[in-house]
Amino acid sequence: MPLEPELDELYREIILDHYRSPRNHAPLAHADVSEEGLNPLCGDEIALQLAFNDDRIAAIGWGGRGCSISQAAASMMSEAVLGRTAAEAEALRAAFEAMMSSGAEPDSELGDLEVLQGVNKFPVRIKCALLAWKVLAQALAARAGHSSRQPRQVERSR
Amino acid sequence: MLDVAAIRRDFPILARQVRGRRLVYLDNAATTQKPRQVIEALVRVYEQHNANPHRGVHTLATETTDLYEAARAHVARFINARRAEEVVFTENATAAINLVAHSWGRATLKPRDEVVLTHMEHHANLVPWQITAAETGAVLRFIPLLPDGTLDMDAARRLIGPATRIVAVTAMSNVLGTINDLRPLIDLAHEFGAVVLVDGAQSVPHIATDVQALHCDFLAFSAHKMLGPTGVGVLYGRYELLDRMGPFLAGGSMILKVEWERSRYNEVPWRFEAGTPNYADAIAFDAALDYLEALGMDAVREHEVQLTAYALGRLAEVDGMRIFGPPDATRRGGVISFYYGDIHPHDVGTVLDYAGVAVRAGHHCAQPLMQLLDVPATVRASFYVYNGRDDVDALTDALTETAKVFGYAARTRAG
Repeated sequence: MPLEPELDELYREIILDHYRSPRNHAPLAHADVSEEGLNPLCGDEIALQLAFNDDRIAAIGWGGRGCSISQAAASMMSEAVLGRTAAEAEALRAAFEAMMSSGAEPDSELGDLEVLQGVNKFPVRIKCALLAWKVLAQALAARAGHSSRQPRQVERSR
Repeated sequence: MLDVAAIRRDFPILARQVRGRRLVYLDNAATTQKPRQVIEALVRVYEQHNANPHRGVHTLATETTDLYEAARAHVARFINARRAEEVVFTENATAAINLVAHSWGRATLKPRDEVVLTHMEHHANLVPWQITAAETGAVLRFIPLLPDGTLDMDAARRLIGPATRIVAVTAMSNVLGTINDLRPLIDLAHEFGAVVLVDGAQSVPHIATDVQALHCDFLAFSAHKMLGPTGVGVLYGRYELLDRMGPFLAGGSMILKVEWERSRYNEVPWRFEAGTPNYADAIAFDAALDYLEALGMDAVREHEVQLTAYALGRLAEVDGMRIFGPPDATRRGGVISFYYGDIHPHDVGTVLDYAGVAVRAGHHCAQPLMQLLDVPATVRASFYVYNGRDDVDALTDALTETAKVFGYAARTRAG
């Protein structure tokens, strides 16, 4: 019995491509912030590292293990936020979470990330798709805390 | 042999479809489905007898009390306890183990006393002992596993000794399916004056259990894993042991006489049943025991040995399949954990769900064991009386579909 058409919505080709060939899937030699997240239900693990140039994400690296959705979502997230400012990344994160959690129409900014909307129909898997973004939020918050303590130095180092 | 077609007709839920396909329920180690006879027994309590047992003198209270105590007596017969008072109703097997860890453990364990567990315990037979050990200064020791997923009995003989106060061990692993040879362990523990708690959550539903022949001191199991309702567990304890234990939860029902400053506690087993018990579900559990006895526990076991052997054979035909636990179906229960190729168990579970096949995908409340097996999780198929070879075939067919979705080059050689 052919199952593929029904499952296509969840396992879109682009998602499987990211799962098989994850992008930015290597630790950074010099990271400004490192954060980790865990989904105890699935055992998904994501470790994320960011390096900033001024306020822009200049390099991103991640590692971890877990289901195809969690790992593909991390890969896609890493591509989507690279080169963006912290504020832009946070806005993207909020738009992605809105699409996943409340079924909101995807923001045009989301681009390819829109393919993960299909996960919305599999409630137990939504956490898998959100994990990498949760870790990103932690990382951005950690950096904000860090830079608010030393804002001048960041300015001067330019 | 069981008449699977006839049995299925007793289970209303098996007539439903999942995503347009016949429900193939292979998550019985988590919980089992309920036959009409049990559902009707539960409805009958509420429609005809309902009252708070052990309280009041009116007719309904008397009827409910009699039915509740009859259920207790039936449980005692089912496991061949010496007397009904050796059966304590709890919420589930977890609560039963917690009762022992709390009431027996805190009163008994001293610093450096040893609690012997195994590497195949469910979190329910691990975490309560961690807490009690931390509170008493007792030390946890673990019997390791051999590569085939059985207990290392040589190590057990080295571990169990004069410092051992309790051996708490599962009768059947909920991950590996391993059926432990308990009698040598129990005899060994008793030589040193230790008591033995058996976690029977996975074994009592599937294998005839005789606590007198087994010589265990405590046995914990859950009704919902054996066709009964949720919210009912059993702690069997040898009467002399239970009688020396203090209460776990306190309140109504567990007392004989209460004064402002102190109370005298009730006799066992009611000493351990504070508050209004879950009598309705306990009474319905009685009907589940009737159902299993009508099938015959030896026939249940024989059915599962044959089905497990068939499933192990079919799964072994699938390329890229790693099956955990003993290869011999007579040494294991109807619980098969596996890892398929490089596909994460949650992805396998999702695709199987699309084929109507319900399996468990996860760590099965055994995270340290997952680390030993070096997997983040496993897929687990587990059987019961209403499962047949068609269910196993549906599983292997759906695994072939999983391979297609993930482009994993797996083929079943036979099919």
